[in-house]
This record gives sequence, structure tokens and C-alpha cells, in this order.
Amino acid sequence: MAVDINLPAPPSPDRPASTPSGRIRLKLGIVTWLALLLAIGLMLAALFAPLLAPYDPFDPATLDLLDGMMPPMQPSAFTEKTFLFGTDNQGRDVFSSILYGSRVSLTVAFAATFLSLAIGVSAGLVSGYAGGVTDAVIMRVADAQLTFPTILIALLVFGIAQGLVPAAEQESAAVWILIFAIGFSNWPQFARTVRGATLVEKRRDYVAAARLIGVSPARILVTHILPNLAGPVLVIATIGLALAVIEEATLSYLGVGVPPTRPSLGTLIRIGQQFLFSGEWWILAFPAATLVLLALSVNLLGDRLRDALNPRLRDGRR
Amino acid sequence: MTGFVLRRIFQSVLVMLAVALIAFIVIRFVGDPLESLASQETRLEDRAVMMQRLGLDRPVVFQFASFVRRGLSGDFGISYKQQEPVTRMIAERLPATLELALASAALALVLGGLLGIHCALKPESPLTHFIMTVSLVGVSLPTFLIGIGLIYLFSVELGWLPSFGRGETVKLGWWTTGLLTLSGWRSIILPAITLSLFQMTLLMRLIRAEMLEVLRQDYIRFARARGLPQSSIHFGHALKNTLVPVITVAGLQLGSVIAFAVVTETVFQWPGVGSLFINSVQSVDVPVMAAYLVFIALLFVVINLIVDILYYAVDPRLRIARGGGET
Amino acid sequence: MTQHKNDPVLSISNLTVEFPTASGAFKAVDGISLDIAKGEVLGVIGESGAGKSMTGAAVTGLIDRPGRISSGEIRLNGERIDGFSEAALRTVRGRRIGTVFQDPLVSLNPLYTIGRQLIETIRAHLPLKAKAARARAIELLREVGIGEAERRVDAYPHQFSGGMRQRVVIALAIAADPELLIADEPTSALDVSVQAQIVALLKSLCEKRGLAVLLITHDMGVIAEIADRVAVMNRGRIVETGPVADIVRNPREDYTRGLIAAIPSIHSKSTRPVLTGADHLVRVENIRQNFELPGGFSFPLLRRLSPVRHITAVDDVSFSIGEGQTFALVGESGSGKSTIARIVAGLLRPQTGRVAVGGRRMGESNAPAVGGAVQMVFQDPYASLNPRWRIGDIIAEPIRRLGLGQNRAEIDRQVAELLERVRLEPQARHRYPHEFSGGQRQRIAIARALSSRPRFIVCDEPTSALDVSVQAQVLDLMASLQAEFGLTYLLISHNLAVVRQMADRVGVLKGGVLVEEGAVEQVFERPQHAYTKMLLAAAPDIREAFRRREVGPGRDLTTIGGEETLPLEAG
Repeated sequence: MAVDINLPAPPSPDRPASTPSGRIRLKLGIVTWLALLLAIGLMLAALFAPLLAPYDPFDPATLDLLDGMMPPMQPSAFTEKTFLFGTDNQGRDVFSSILYGSRVSLTVAFAATFLSLAIGVSAGLVSGYAGGVTDAVIMRVADAQLTFPTILIALLVFGIAQGLVPAAEQESAAVWILIFAIGFSNWPQFARTVRGATLVEKRRDYVAAARLIGVSPARILVTHILPNLAGPVLVIATIGLALAVIEEATLSYLGVGVPPTRPSLGTLIRIGQQFLFSGEWWILAFPAATLVLLALSVNLLGDRLRDALNPRLRDGRR
Repeated sequence: MTGFVLRRIFQSVLVMLAVALIAFIVIRFVGDPLESLASQETRLEDRAVMMQRLGLDRPVVFQFASFVRRGLSGDFGISYKQQEPVTRMIAERLPATLELALASAALALVLGGLLGIHCALKPESPLTHFIMTVSLVGVSLPTFLIGIGLIYLFSVELGWLPSFGRGETVKLGWWTTGLLTLSGWRSIILPAITLSLFQMTLLMRLIRAEMLEVLRQDYIRFARARGLPQSSIHFGHALKNTLVPVITVAGLQLGSVIAFAVVTETVFQWPGVGSLFINSVQSVDVPVMAAYLVFIALLFVVINLIVDILYYAVDPRLRIARGGGET
Repeated sequence: MTQHKNDPVLSISNLTVEFPTASGAFKAVDGISLDIAKGEVLGVIGESGAGKSMTGAAVTGLIDRPGRISSGEIRLNGERIDGFSEAALRTVRGRRIGTVFQDPLVSLNPLYTIGRQLIETIRAHLPLKAKAARARAIELLREVGIGEAERRVDAYPHQFSGGMRQRVVIALAIAADPELLIADEPTSALDVSVQAQIVALLKSLCEKRGLAVLLITHDMGVIAEIADRVAVMNRGRIVETGPVADIVRNPREDYTRGLIAAIPSIHSKSTRPVLTGADHLVRVENIRQNFELPGGFSFPLLRRLSPVRHITAVDDVSFSIGEGQTFALVGESGSGKSTIARIVAGLLRPQTGRVAVGGRRMGESNAPAVGGAVQMVFQDPYASLNPRWRIGDIIAEPIRRLGLGQNRAEIDRQVAELLERVRLEPQARHRYPHEFSGGQRQRIAIARALSSRPRFIVCDEPTSALDVSVQAQVLDLMASLQAEFGLTYLLISHNLAVVRQMADRVGVLKGGVLVEEGAVEQVFERPQHAYTKMLLAAAPDIREAFRRREVGPGRDLTTIGGEETLPLEAG
């Protein structure tokens, strides 16, 4: 099983023109295939949650307290409904909650990753290409921020933003604040990677050749350098997505994320933990498993992608 | 050498000033400083008096200067929620966090280092493949889930270890320690493992990657071509060169352990500064947030300084001026 | 097996080294046999990928995975050593076979003093106490020509220059008195003056110690200088073997003949017509460029607070180039020649001085080059083409950018024509750079340079990354394009033979200063400056080497280039 990824092999002086084509053949093991299927499956399930979910966990009309605390796959004695993953204390279907929860988690994670990509890639490109004071200022800020764990930055940003938003709007603004907090906390890694790669590419003579005929810096960045950064950016974006999923879950678990009215996977785990000692394991276990599978599959894809793109690891020798 | 250290200290002071500025801005402009002291009924005149007393009517620059001055003497104001001096609140909870952090840092360094070296030297062994796979799973598991999993296994199912708190503590002056009682030791095991796992994985992967890189270098090849003993090549030449880049990251990771304690402390209801911080974020208790920010920044700056000096000691290229020549 | 006095030190027979690939096993070394006697230097020469380094690696058992010796024997003084275990090999490596690698800058562990590395190596093989080992280390440093050895033994590698480091590497290689020395491109990373010293050192060690030497190189000049016999390798096989003089003067095989014919000589007189009275197209006046070495602060505003070291890269250089002529700049690394190339091309603005091309001053507008009239060909053919762009787009970019083609078809036609000019298929425009070899890429780079219809092309070491046979093709192409389009070249090179063949006038650079300038024949025949004389004397050259060897040691190579200075500062 193999998939072609259209990324030209980076030039390596040791082995000139050894590969017959610019495509690297990414041999996908069974594990990688599973991860790919899982990631796509979970994302699709989240996307079509309203169609797939048997119940609407946010509609109080469908909730019946008599159905509370039902174990998985056992018909309720009162309503004779069966719940795939059981129900929580309020009679909410855990399976439906997970579908909607993944939706919230993934929305936040994708939006946050997009935000950090946007900030990080532009900051990295400008920093790497311009050099000088611009570079120093951007990288000092990034370095300073990078010394603190992202979760801490996100917490701080979240706390400050909450303080700035009027109390009445806090709940509706929470998701946006969360996206901003996570997105903002992750940009330095992106900027560092992109800057490093830009510095390497900038020194290559094809850039000098373009400068010779008067191509503008902006155009050189976009048409010459950016295409050569596609590989590393793809890798950090994938790994960044996994990080954002985990970060969102952690913040929600800590109770500073999305409001409880729109629970994400982290919120569900936070709720489920209360039942850990009383034996209702399913309220905790299913959301936790979903979160782990999601983070793991995306992380694994990023990891394999990085190995495939790293020429030295790929060759196995110099 | 002294010049180098002085420069680094100077830079550190700049960083601390910048952090203090952020903390000041947060305290001054996020939320109303009067809100915490004044109730709805406080009259306008009283508010003006209070503003004057707090110095809020003076130019912002003076306010910042006085903030820094008070900060230097350890005064970060009064918590909005607890109505207690912030510094005392942090000092009370600091020993718990430090003991937890040191325990997990030691775990992460020792185990992470050993596993990393093993994976680099025996890249094809089954154990390495196993470790690498598990470590990827480890990176994907959120810390809080690991904690919950450990609680479920060792507290709920097996009932071996406590699931929350520090156990019995002993007072040694202002320091309270849990390391002198059996229940204290039993209590720290699960949180320390939880907290160390992420750093351990990270260190292990870093050491492995750096060491593999070093092993590819020509001087290692040349050392092999001279017939040096394997142990000397691996531990004398390769490991020491690996340490140069690893020191920086390892140092910062130790700092991160304290900052990451936020999550672990919440899971295990550990009475440290991390859970204090979470509570302050939840309740927008600005002075506590700001003081925590300054505290963590100070910690990182000090660690950074130590790391830089270590770096300087390990690498002769930094220590000794380059001689002449055509290079 | 009985051992005779005349048994070869190293004997390789039918050695094959294979690398498994997706399309079957690739034979990096394909059934070669060779012998080296005591005190003999056997040169193995070949172009990149010929399998010569792999042969050396096979002898010491240092072939990278997944390569392996699939057949053949390697004997060291009669004892078969291929198939030795890693532990057994450790008693051979260093003790019986010393190795010298190409790049001295990365061959030494940067964290340990050279003394420590020497003592460690000595004690790994010889039963010496620490003190005796240290004495031996100092003795070895003396032997390889490092002065003040007692003091320098405690220095770190970064405190030595490249040439000195290669001496240290050699000291390490002979630390335990090996029988055989394998030197893999020992001089390729060094400047020519240093190169000559290292060659002389190897030669003298071989004579004094009766070492057998396997000398692997791509440089026939080095072979001619010290080898007794030579084996010519191509694609994993030995094409022919014999005494150096025989092979060079009467090569039997076509491959060898082509290889030797392609080597330019600094003693072949220029065949270019002497042009007089040509108008000066390019004028370079008093350019000067300093670089700052940053102090301790990386933040620009704070950098002012710390001491900054200035390095003068280019110091008041002036020259002019006549239309249709080639002006060459020669110099060793760090002489500032590449900086001048970038200034003249307009990529770098000089701190003082001016550059004018066709009467128009460079660097006045934002576009560095004057409407595409100035172009450049770069050294590294792997970095000068954007790996993400098709060849057609790469060559078309200047045409599109400068509006030299009206429509797609027109541009396409121009690109195809340019490709034909540089002797490539027009179909090449649909492919990507990595599908081409180094020489082909360099021709694509030349096509790109031509596409803006330049009058003047700056060529920065255009062939130094290429094999010698490919170099000849590219130089040939450059010369014919010059004749056809009346191009003016600024040729930057460290290779004196290339310069004599290609240039009309030549300037010699040393430490950013133009020490000598004149017509090519004049400078090569009657050099005025001592530095030029030294460069010419040190340049490895086949014919010159033979003349010297027949006459006897007429020059003392160890003193060429003067004493290497090494200020040793304590931290």
C-alpha cells in the first residue's frame, strides 16, 4: 500500500538525480492507514453530528431523568430506549454528547490551528526573510512566549480576555476567546519552524537569481520560498492540530473552556470524572477514549509525515 | 566569563521588567481595581479617596514604578476573592508545588535520559520500537487523562494509593513537607508520575534525535576508524556532544514541570500554586494571576541563566576565543 | 599462509560491495583487485560515484548500512580481514590501518582538546601510561609539523585552522603506528597552498615510516605529486592500473584518456586571441565591504553596547572589464572573491565605491540588475534552481518578468531555443530540477542567465562543484556562448588552470585586497607579487609534478605558503 505525495525530494548533493521522479513514495503501514481512517472517520462523524446523533443532547424536551445513568446497551425500564454508550445523570445520551462534543472540540481546534498557522507562517516568513531588527523583535517575542508552556499562555490569555468581556457576554464569547487563546499560544512554534526553513531557502541561489531580475521580496516569498515550505508547514500543522485538540480538552477539563451548555470532549470528561468512584464508568470512558483516539491518530499522521519528509531519516544514511 | 554572565543577567532583568509591565497592565486595566474593594453602595467621594490612597490618580508611569517597587519587596496586593495578601497565598502553597515538581523532574530526567540513550544506540532493537510507539501514545494522551487513568487503576480498582491531597504534612519553619510521612510519600507517587510522563517522553525523544544526529557526524566516524572502544565512542564522544543542545531544552522542561503542575494539581486536588492559579483564572482574580505570572517568569529566567552558564561550561567553542586561521 | 617480505601490505581481490535497492542490488564496488606494497602510495582516482571511497570504507569495515561486502577478499599483510567482527576490527582500525577523512573541520570532536583525543587513541592501542602517551602525543604533533606542540596539545580543535586540523587528523591516524594509511580525499577541503603542505607531509610520512598508503582522490594533480601507482576507477570497476607516469602519459583506455584530456593545466598557454582596445563595459571602482561579527547581544539595539569585530571582506578593489572579455578573480577561501561577485551582480550594495555596467551605475534603483543586462551563474547547481519549479518556468521567469516575450507561444519558443543553445532537449522544460545531473543543472542555470539577454554574466565558481569531465563541457559551452553573443564574463575561481584557459585578464585577491592584476599570460608567466608566485607554485599540476619528481626535490613544499600562524588565546 503506498500513497504518492507530490513533494519533490529536497536537493541532496550526495545523491544527484537518484530518484526517478519528484514524488516520494510514502509507504503506509497498516497502523498509518488505521490512523488515517480513524481521523477522517472521527472528523466526518463530528461534521455530521446532527444527522448521526440519535438524540439531541441540548434539547431538554428529549431528556428524561428516568433514563439517567443507564449503562450502555441496556434498555431503559421506563422508556424502553436503548443507549449505545449509556446515559449520564440527566439522561443525556452519551453517544450523542460525544458526537456534538467532538464537533465543538474539532471546531475550536481547527480554528485555533488556522489562527496559529496564519500568525506563525506570516511572522516566520517575514522574520526569516527580512532579518535585522524585524527578525530580532519577532523572534524575541516568540522565544519569550515559547519558554512558557502553551497551556499556561492559553490560561492567561483566557483569564485576561474573560476579564475584558462584560459578564453578560462571557458565555457567548467563550468559544471565540478559547480559539484565540489556543491559537495565540501556539504561534511561536510555527513561526520558528517557518523562519528556520525560510532562512535556509533564502540563502539558496535560486532566490539570488530571482533578485537579479528584480523580482520583489513579497513575490519571492510567495512564489519561490513558500512552495518550498509546504512540507514542513504541513507537518507542523498536523501536529499542531493534535496539540490544539489536547489543549482545548485540557482547558475545558479545567473548567475554563467552553461553557457547560455546549460541552466539548474535555467538558464531558470533567463531568464524567465525578462518577469515577460510583461505578458509572461509561460517562467518563467513552468521551476519554474518543479524545485519545482523535489526538493519537492525528499525532501519528503528523509523525509519519515528518519521517517521510525528513530526507536523512528517509535515506537512513548520509 | 564574567562579561558573559553580566550580559545574561542584564538581559534577564529586561525580561523581568517586560513581564512586570504585562502583569501591571493586566492588574491595572483588566477588571476594575476598585471593584474588589468597593461595594455597590460605596459613594463616589469614597471612591475618589480610595483611588487616591491606591495611587490610581497618578500618572501611569508612576503607578508602574511603584508596582515594580512593591513587587521587589514581595508585595503583589490583595486577592479580590480571598481578601488575603497574594504573596502569602503563594508562599503557603509553594512547598507543595516544588516538592511535586522536583519529584517528577527527577523521574523525567533519569528515565527519559536512559530510555533516550538506549533508543539512539540500539535503533533497531524491539525494545526501541516498543518505547517509540508507547512514547507517541504518551504524547497524545492529555496529562489530565493520564492522571484520571492512574487514579482509576491504583485508587479505585486496586485501592493502593490515595487519589487526592498531599497526605499528612510536617511543618519545618515556614516550609510544609509531605516527604517525612508515609502518607505523604504515598500521595506524591501518582501526581509525580502523571506530571513527569509528558516531560519524560519529550526528553527521551529529544535525546534520541540529538544523539542519532551526533552519531552521524564525521568525528564519530573518525573515532570508529581509529579503533576506539565502543563505550568511549558512545559515552565519551557521542553523549557529551548530545548534551550541548539537550541542556537548554532539559532546563526549560524543568521549568515547565512547575508550570504544567497546574493541570496535575487540579486532577489530584494537590494544594499547590497551580490550583491557586486555576481558581484565579476561573474567578478572574487578577492580582493572583499577575503575581503567578511574575513568579513563573522569575523561575524561567533563573533557570535560563543557569542553563546558559552550564552551556558555556560544556562547550569550549563558547569559552575559548577562536584562534586565527583560514576557517 | 607464509608471509614473505615482499608480500603486499594490503591486498584486495575481486571485492564487490552491494547496496540493496528497490530495483535489485546496486554494486558500488564491482569486483576490483589491487595490491599495495610497504612504502608504496597507491592512488585511486575517479569521479563522483566511482566507488573509490567505498573501497576505502570496505577495508576498514566502515561501510554504511545497508551496504555490504558481497564477495571478494581483503588481506592485510596476508591476514584476511573482511568478515572480521566489530570487536576484531577495532584491533585493526587505528592500530594497523590509519584513516584520514576529507574534511578536517568535522573530523575532530569539538568538545575535547586534541591532546585528549590523541592520548585516548594512543592508549586504546598501545600499553602506555597517561604520561608516556602524552609525551607521544606531543611527539606526533611535532612529526606532523605543528610548532609549539607542548602548548598546542591542550588546545581545542576550533583554535586551529583547517590545514592545521588536517595535520592533527593525520597525527591521530598514525598515532598507533599503523602499517597502512587510508587517506580519503585528504586535501579536497583545503586551499591550494595548504593542500600542497598536506601532500608533502603525507609523502614524507610514507617515506620515513615505510607506510603503505591508499590515497583516494578525484584530483590527478595530487596523484601525480605523490603516488607511485594509480588505479583509475569508473562505476565501481578499475579501468586500469599502472605506474603514475605510464597512465598519465600513455593511457590505454578511452575512459582514462578522456579523463586526463579534460584536466586543464596551468601551464597550457592561453589560446584566446589577445584583444586590445575593447571598450570597458564594466567598471568597478574602489569598492569596500566590511562585515560585522556580532558581539554578545543578539538584539540589534543592544549590540551597540558590546564590542563588535569588523572583518574587511573587500578592501578598496578596482578593476574594469572590456566588452566581450573575461576577467577572472582568483583567490583562496576568505579572499573576498564571492563578495565581489555579489557586489558586481548588484545583489549586495558596497559600503563605498561604485560599480557601473554599460555606463549605468548599479544599485541606484531597487531592481539590482540593470534590466536583466547583468546575470549570474552560481556555484552550487543544486541550490540555484528552485526545486519546486519546472525547468520551463525557471528559464521563462526572466523573460516574463522583463517582458521579453509577448505571449505564451512566444515565451515557449524562446525557452526551447535556449535549452537547445545549452545542448539540452527542449522537452526538458516540462521536468523538475532534481531529474537532472549537476552538469545538466549548471547548463539550465546558464540558459536562465541567457534568457534575460544579458551583456554581462558573473560566474561564481561555475564548475567547482562538478566532476572534471563535466567541468570541461561546461567551460566549453561558456566559451562558445561568449563567442556567439559577445558576452562579457566575470569569472570567480580558485582553480588557476580554469582561469588560464578561460580568461583574458586576471586579478589575484588576498584578504580582500587585489594584489596583482594583468593580462592572463603575463600574470601566469611573470607573476610579480609573492602571493601570486606562491599560488602558482602550489597549484597541483600533473606535468609540473613529473618534472619535479624526475629532477628530484627541487622545492620544499612544506614551506610553501609560509608558516601558518596560530595565535592561541586563552579564555
